[in-house]
Amino acid sequence: MKPAPFEYFAPEKIDDAVELLARYGEDGKILAGGQSLMPLMNLRLARPQVVIDINRVTALDYIAQGADGVLAIGALTRQRSLEHSAVVKDHNPVLAATMPLIGHFQIRNRGTIGGSLVHADPAAELPAVSLALGAEFVVKSERGERVISAEKFFLGSMTTVIEPTELLTEIRFPRWRPGSGWAVEEVARRRGDFAMVGAVVWLQLDGTGLCEETRVALFGVEDRPVRIVRGEQILLGNRPEADIFAEVAEVVAEQLDPVSDVHASREYRKEVGACLTRRALQTASGKVGKGVDP
Amino acid sequence: MSMKHSVRLAVNGALYERLVEARMTLADFLRNELHLTGTHLGCEHGVCGACTVLLNGNAVRSCLLLAVQANGAELLTVEGLTAGEQLHPLQRAFQDRHALQCGFCTPGFLMTAFAFLKETPRPTHAEVREAISGNICRCTGYQPIVQAILQAAGETATDKKRDIPKR
Repeated sequence: MKPAPFEYFAPEKIDDAVELLARYGEDGKILAGGQSLMPLMNLRLARPQVVIDINRVTALDYIAQGADGVLAIGALTRQRSLEHSAVVKDHNPVLAATMPLIGHFQIRNRGTIGGSLVHADPAAELPAVSLALGAEFVVKSERGERVISAEKFFLGSMTTVIEPTELLTEIRFPRWRPGSGWAVEEVARRRGDFAMVGAVVWLQLDGTGLCEETRVALFGVEDRPVRIVRGEQILLGNRPEADIFAEVAEVVAEQLDPVSDVHASREYRKEVGACLTRRALQTASGKVGKGVDP
Repeated sequence: MSMKHSVRLAVNGALYERLVEARMTLADFLRNELHLTGTHLGCEHGVCGACTVLLNGNAVRSCLLLAVQANGAELLTVEGLTAGEQLHPLQRAFQDRHALQCGFCTPGFLMTAFAFLKETPRPTHAEVREAISGNICRCTGYQPIVQAILQAAGETATDKKRDIPKR
């Protein structure tokens, strides 16, 4: 249970990390919080030739609220920092509420937001939250910078559009609209375990109490987080009420295409997905209009 | 490939320097290089919590860190909890409450509880359960562990002399 030998670099600057990525390409692997990569290396499921440890790149560890309301978070920001951040609590309550669901506090002390997103475990919370909230990812390489929407970022299980020579540097969440309703729900065997099924919902009402904008995303069910667009369309223009939620839940059960595995069967995941969506919509509608952080 | 890296760090207040391969985990470094075998290794992939230590004051899994990553850091391991022969209030509470049987997981629980009580000196029952959810014990059934942590919290919150040492 020891990692295979590798060459180790611990750059202190973003440019140096990017330069190392360019130099080693496919052979190089970024080490951030290490809470997923290190287990894989200990079990020798991953045997990178070169490990580029970015933990000393302090310029990647920040939480910044821009004048435009966009919440910009450095990729190396620890999950524990996000959990305790007053800025995150005020300007993105969904993100704040998601943190305690990730692993355990010892894991969150090391685990980073960027690491979780790039690792793209299908059962992870952060990819689904970023999808539901319309986050954008800034990635950097020697060729320059590009910004990718969460919608286009996740390709499949542990696969994203990031190239081997690119480094995720920043995650941007759009301006939080006070009065939005939201909820994050998941079902796991035990506290801190990976979710068998999870749901993230967000909704905004217009002046007359009708649903004006909404997002429904599920995780742990397919090879990547999925948006339930047809369910969202049902909500639009309607009052957030139980019968509408039931309709959305039906769509969820129909649309989801989960796999059966040792943790849960396909049928179970469909049913729980529908149930969690209904519950999350109920919770979210209860929070609507109750200020920034209900 | 097997190039060695210099690691200098402080463990329980003492300074150490060693040359190690980059692939050596912090847990193996503590046990095999520094002979501080109080830190136990259970699963070696971040699930069991037995190897929990404090890195610059934060509880972390030492099996998921490379020793080279701890270069320049301050560590606290279970050996550092005691002041000489005197048991730490947490250790005494574990003894009082029979919060261990085989003792394999105990160092991880103690370090987890230590870090937790620093942040949450007067925890509720539910908060204690949540705090130890990342540590696995196969003997005790957890109830005595929860009671021990609550007892230690009660003692340290009321008795200044027994206050948990600041590291």
